[in-house]
Amino acid sequence: MTTRKKPEVWKKDSSFCPGCGHGIVIRLIAELIEEMGVKSRELHAVGCACNLNGCWNDPQLQCPHGRAAAVAVGAKACEPDDLVFTYQGDGDAYVIGLSETMNAGYRGNITSIIINNNNFGMTGGQMSWTTLPGQTTTTSKKGRDALKEGEPFKGPELLSQFENVKFAARGAVYNPAEVNKTKALIKKAFELQMSGEGYGVVEVLCGCPTNWKMSPVDSNKWIEDAVTRYYGLGIIKDETAKILKEAI
Amino acid sequence: MSETVLMKGNEAVAEAALRAGLDFYAAYPITPQTEILEYLSKKMPELGRVCVQADSEITAINMIMGAAYTGKRVLTSSAGPGISLKQEGLSYCAANDLPVVYVDVQRGGNGLANMGSCQTEYKREVTGGGNGDYHAIILAPASVQETADMVSLAYELAEKYRNIVGIMTEATIGQLVEPVTFKEAVDPASLPVPSWAKTGKMISSSDEPIKPRIKDAKPKADRAKYFQMKEEVQMWESTNVDDADYVVFAFGAPSRVVYDALLILREEGQKIGMIRPQTLWPYPEKALEELKEDVKGLISLETNCTGQMLPDVALARDLHFKDRHVPVYSCAYIVLDRIPTVMQVVDDIKAIISGQTEEAY
Repeated sequence: MTTRKKPEVWKKDSSFCPGCGHGIVIRLIAELIEEMGVKSRELHAVGCACNLNGCWNDPQLQCPHGRAAAVAVGAKACEPDDLVFTYQGDGDAYVIGLSETMNAGYRGNITSIIINNNNFGMTGGQMSWTTLPGQTTTTSKKGRDALKEGEPFKGPELLSQFENVKFAARGAVYNPAEVNKTKALIKKAFELQMSGEGYGVVEVLCGCPTNWKMSPVDSNKWIEDAVTRYYGLGIIKDETAKILKEAI
Repeated sequence: MSETVLMKGNEAVAEAALRAGLDFYAAYPITPQTEILEYLSKKMPELGRVCVQADSEITAINMIMGAAYTGKRVLTSSAGPGISLKQEGLSYCAANDLPVVYVDVQRGGNGLANMGSCQTEYKREVTGGGNGDYHAIILAPASVQETADMVSLAYELAEKYRNIVGIMTEATIGQLVEPVTFKEAVDPASLPVPSWAKTGKMISSSDEPIKPRIKDAKPKADRAKYFQMKEEVQMWESTNVDDADYVVFAFGAPSRVVYDALLILREEGQKIGMIRPQTLWPYPEKALEELKEDVKGLISLETNCTGQMLPDVALARDLHFKDRHVPVYSCAYIVLDRIPTVMQVVDDIKAIISGQTEEAY
């Protein structure tokens, strides 16, 4: 068994709910920043990501709900050598911030890490564009009616249509194998940005036991059995091979 | 000092900002300020700086928030409803104590509004505009030269107080071509990187990262900062106020009409003066110290239909004249597509002097 050292940027314990996927993803990002030895900046939005405040010991900026990608593009323009990424939820990046997310993908050179937990977590579990058909939330009490309220929204698939988007992928953190795969996906997206070529997005399926009203174990099982049927895991678009080779 | 050139107010904003060391500009096209974007989209790449035509006003303000966070000099500009869209971002800039500078070339009226030379955005600008508990310093130039001068001043003030500074012009000032002399250009690379840049630290909590929840320290420091700015930043220009029986308060383009009206009224023996606020927040309350003790009335003159500046004149009056009542009158021009003529202003002031116009406050 190997023990992992706690990354320096992880200042103190976060206040995410027990069983939440956020903590795992943040840990992966923190480890990657250390392993890759990059100067970093974090930019994130409101919602559950607010729980990062105080535990993240690295430059970060609180952005308006939905606008983090625009803020990140501005920062990246001024500091092209920095690793600039957004850390957003699905409600943030795909609902209120759809325009900012798409426009960043359209021409920005940043990385978006988007946590998809199929609901609005921070506000108490309302329906998101990523809520599954039939899934109950506080604003879809009889289950989401896809005919009236839309089919689950697929952000990385949509973003991958843009020429500027060089890497789009979806990971999950419901078991150790997927955690390791997700780390590799995020690493590739970061490497892409540091090579100076285009935009990368990694969506990560995460459990939200508190709002789903499930145990953490059941949440992980539900992601594996139900969520991945709509949200396929793996690489959606990858043009990094050529870019990264040239960069070396 | 460089040579004097003829230039539009909007282009002067752009050129002055470049010379002040502007590193990052983002904006969305909207009349009557688009010349700023057009000018900078040509010049900034030539200088190796970044100009972005953003996909919305919302994106533009958020981009400059991210850019300001790196400690660079930034600018966005818009007009009317475009500045309304920026209010969310401006409130976040205030929350993060970012020294952001923006230019508002006002439009006339509500909603889409028109291209008239109006002052219908006073109320929004001086109250902070977005949600929360903050103020932007608002500068109001009355000429192309003053517009250029206020751009470099805006950066100095923004960085001194770590506060938002807005330059509020209007269609006439933005489109007017006048002689202007610019300051020597500053190389952005020569500007010191602020100690707070990229640290995510607020002014009031130097050892803590930004936290979204309001702590005691932040509102207390904000309160102290806003009082300090109110004390230190008030700016105005006064004309013939020492012996004036009536004093007109007017800013921006209409103040130039008032200036001519005063000359005519003086020739007719009427002692009228003018205080032209150059800062609208903080409002130049101290200017009233220049007034004579037995002044008969104050007149708020502006080009909007509700008299948006009027309450600020009345409050300044209350602060200064504690022992007697000095009436405050309103000349709010409701013709939204143009500024009043000199003779219209002369007639309206005469109506006040002769008692035909009722006091407003």
